[in-house]
Amino acid sequence: MSLPKPAMRGLLAKRLRFHLPIAFGLSLIAAAAFKFGVTEPRKKAYADFYKHYDSMKEFSAMKEAGIFESVRPTGK
Amino acid sequence: MVSQCQQPKKAMQHLTARRVAGLLSRRGVAAFSSSGVKMASHGHGGVTEQTDMSVPLYWDRLDTPLPDRPYKDTLSDADKSLKQKEKGPWNSLSKEEKLALYRLTFNETYAEMKKPTGEWKTVLGGIFFFIGFTGLVVLWQRYYVYPPHPRTLDDEWQAMQVKRMLDMRVNPVEGFSAKWDYEKGQWK
Repeated sequence: MSLPKPAMRGLLAKRLRFHLPIAFGLSLIAAAAFKFGVTEPRKKAYADFYKHYDSMKEFSAMKEAGIFESVRPTGK
Repeated sequence: MVSQCQQPKKAMQHLTARRVAGLLSRRGVAAFSSSGVKMASHGHGGVTEQTDMSVPLYWDRLDTPLPDRPYKDTLSDADKSLKQKEKGPWNSLSKEEKLALYRLTFNETYAEMKKPTGEWKTVLGGIFFFIGFTGLVVLWQRYYVYPPHPRTLDDEWQAMQVKRMLDMRVNPVEGFSAKWDYEKGQWK
């Protein structure tokens, strides 16, 4: 008998005090991981692709392959 | 107050291998027998036994430990004298007498109620059996139901399709055409 009285109030507040910083931190980590794992490499890939991109050369190659309908390969 | 469905022990049927054969025919009846009040009676002079729900019942349930009445309510003379002895000090009862008193009030102990039935083997076996049967059905379908393949799934057509995608430079930055080496004419 004579157990200590359990906490009757502030239970949600106590839980939030504990879990909110953790949630905040994990969200920040997730966002940072996505930024540096996905978006930065993707931006770099696009920058590298277009650094030495010759659009006329690509167009001629595609034209010779015969995929266009408006302009045919030089043979025809 | 009857707040839960209460089944006398003999009405419950554990799913064992013996009962699987009659399972499909009994499934409809079992669904209704849970209340115990309206068991399917066909009106052939009361062939099916009905439990009288208007009197206190006995049950063996894990979640409701104390039934409305003791298990044996018609006591023989020996039982009655034992019940009289129970009204005195319990130290004077021998171990066998205590066990006999328990068995007067209760049918099964908790350990006996919780005894594993091996029903899971039947269930798992049934699952595998029907999955296997379904496999046979699917196999039959593949030969007798499905129409012939469209030509776009042939290997030649797929090769032509890949070549056309590479010619069109599909996803040249990070995707499909990015993996093709245009100088050497091969995958990177």
